[in-house]
Amino acid sequence: MSGRRLRSFALQGAVAVALALLLWLLFHITAANMRERGIHSGFGFLLQPAGFAIGESPLPFDSADSALWALVVGLVNTLRVALPAIVISTVLGTAIGLGRLSPNLLLSGLCKAYVETLRNVPLLLQLLAWYFVVTDLLPDSGAALQIMPHVFLSKSGLAVPWFGDGGAFAGLDLPVRGRFGVTGGAALTPEFLALLGGLSLYTAAYVAETVRAGIQSVPRGQSEAALALGLSRLQGFRLVVLPQALRSIIPPLTNEHLSLSKNVSLAVAIGYPDLVSVADTTLNQTGRAAECIAVIMAVYLLLSLLTAWASAWLERRTGRWAQRP
Amino acid sequence: MRLLNVARVTPRLWVAAVLLLLPFAPAHAGKTLDQIRQRGQLVCGVSTGVIGFSAVDSQGRWSGLDVDVCRAIAAAVLKDPNKVKYVPVNAEQRFTALQSGEVDLLSRNTTWTLTRDASLGLEFTAITYYDGQGFLVPKKLKLKSAAQLRGAEICVQSGTTTEQNLSDYFKAQGVNIKPVVFENFEASIRAFFSGRCQAYTTDASALAFIRSKEAQKPDDYQILPELISKEPLGPVVRRGDDEWFTIVKWVVFALIDAEEYGVTQGNVQAMKASANPAVRRLLGSTGDSGKPLGLDRNWAARAVAAVGNYGEIFRRNVGAGSPLKLGRGLNALWTQGGLMYAPPIR
Repeated sequence: MSGRRLRSFALQGAVAVALALLLWLLFHITAANMRERGIHSGFGFLLQPAGFAIGESPLPFDSADSALWALVVGLVNTLRVALPAIVISTVLGTAIGLGRLSPNLLLSGLCKAYVETLRNVPLLLQLLAWYFVVTDLLPDSGAALQIMPHVFLSKSGLAVPWFGDGGAFAGLDLPVRGRFGVTGGAALTPEFLALLGGLSLYTAAYVAETVRAGIQSVPRGQSEAALALGLSRLQGFRLVVLPQALRSIIPPLTNEHLSLSKNVSLAVAIGYPDLVSVADTTLNQTGRAAECIAVIMAVYLLLSLLTAWASAWLERRTGRWAQRP
Repeated sequence: MRLLNVARVTPRLWVAAVLLLLPFAPAHAGKTLDQIRQRGQLVCGVSTGVIGFSAVDSQGRWSGLDVDVCRAIAAAVLKDPNKVKYVPVNAEQRFTALQSGEVDLLSRNTTWTLTRDASLGLEFTAITYYDGQGFLVPKKLKLKSAAQLRGAEICVQSGTTTEQNLSDYFKAQGVNIKPVVFENFEASIRAFFSGRCQAYTTDASALAFIRSKEAQKPDDYQILPELISKEPLGPVVRRGDDEWFTIVKWVVFALIDAEEYGVTQGNVQAMKASANPAVRRLLGSTGDSGKPLGLDRNWAARAVAAVGNYGEIFRRNVGAGSPLKLGRGLNALWTQGGLMYAPPIR
């Protein structure tokens, strides 16, 4: 090993050790100070009963279940919004991005107006607006609107038939009118619908710009060359422009998806029990501020790393595709 | 997160920032009383706005029952009820603010529970308000009791003991309910009055205010008779400083004793010459009740002169003299059928 490389290794090693030491000190002194002040710490509280109910969840949850299970339910609720929102915003955003490039002035103008409006109004305001528009417009849950047999729409949300407690083979659980409104079946609550809609529409504006920029980054000569080779406009776009554009679209698109999954935490404002909402409640029941915030941070870090990893894999794949002769 | 909403995210960032500072804060914060005297100011953690308890007006003046407790303590300790700095903290921030030394005292409608008292490095001093959780419902649902809320959706604000009480109460009844939990008070109220939920739940003291101030037609709504929980509220101090703990506790006791003995803001000077030995001890005319506390003999007299006795504080902020018009109920003196009972000053 040359002296230069050795020096560089030694330097990097020293920085890594110093960083680790700093983190250890931070952790150690915090723990010691908390002990000193009589603040109990540790993650044991996660196995204690949660003690609170969660309004909606695809998983069974009871207040006697552990705080850990409550956080899992919160995480599932986060993903239940994030994953469909990623799909919807990507499809919608791509369509709008392509629309902005259309030679049709009306279409491109509308798409531009959409992007500029949606991305210039703070997301929290949009979510609150959707939520209160939805709850104000819909009929009271006592007077639910039946839009199809066993499908009801009201302030309590959209109730649809769903599998009964016994699983897929137990037959469908049909919503019916109950004491305060519709009972049975599965309900998509106004909180869920407002969050899903708001996030999808907002992120679509950013996706649209990413797609537009990616396509415009491919030099004009490429599509002209494709036409000269006798390919049709569509073929030229699909076979020549898109593969090159995707390479510059995917990295920023990953950022949009990451932002979206983190923006789900705005759910607390409109009453949707996502991970942050559940962790906040746990924090308040137990007073374990440091631990609960550490859990939120760790989960989001893990989610983001997974997303980034999936995107890197996709990038490698499309990179290969673009290089193919 | 792009376009972070500052108003919403700041509290959590704040908690994180204070937690990061914990390692650097001195482990022995020293005597709180000495610090307050040196600083010439009492730092009081209050709510971000609960009418009747701690709320700020357009001129930046704080008022409320919890605020008056801070003023009484400042009067006793610093001889001036105005030497108080109010730090508004939300439900998430409050314990961290006290633990880290950001505030000397938390006087912020906080419920006394075992977990909080025993595991957070804090101590509850005394009870300044006996509250309980209740329900606000639209009259058109024709409900007579909370037990009829089977299957109902109930709007609730997060960050309190409310969610757990709700779940405990209905579990004991074997009834299922669906909580809809909002972080923000305004959003939770807005959702309830738009008809999203069949009931709204929080402490009864706040329900009266919400019904009279937030409902478009207060007469369309009713408060159900049941209180489903015990919510004893009172000031909280950091664990480990017994002198400060004792001072806060006894200022509250002095306010309650003053009401029992008929000492008011108006007659406190005249009462110093009272024939009643208990009154003379309270106001420092006989003996020196301040000395064991590390204060001077007029501490209690100054506290009462600053904010009045407990009854006057109650009346002015939440009782008949306020927009809330709450009855004394459990908060009446023990001599009048209530629970307000303070140990004697002797």
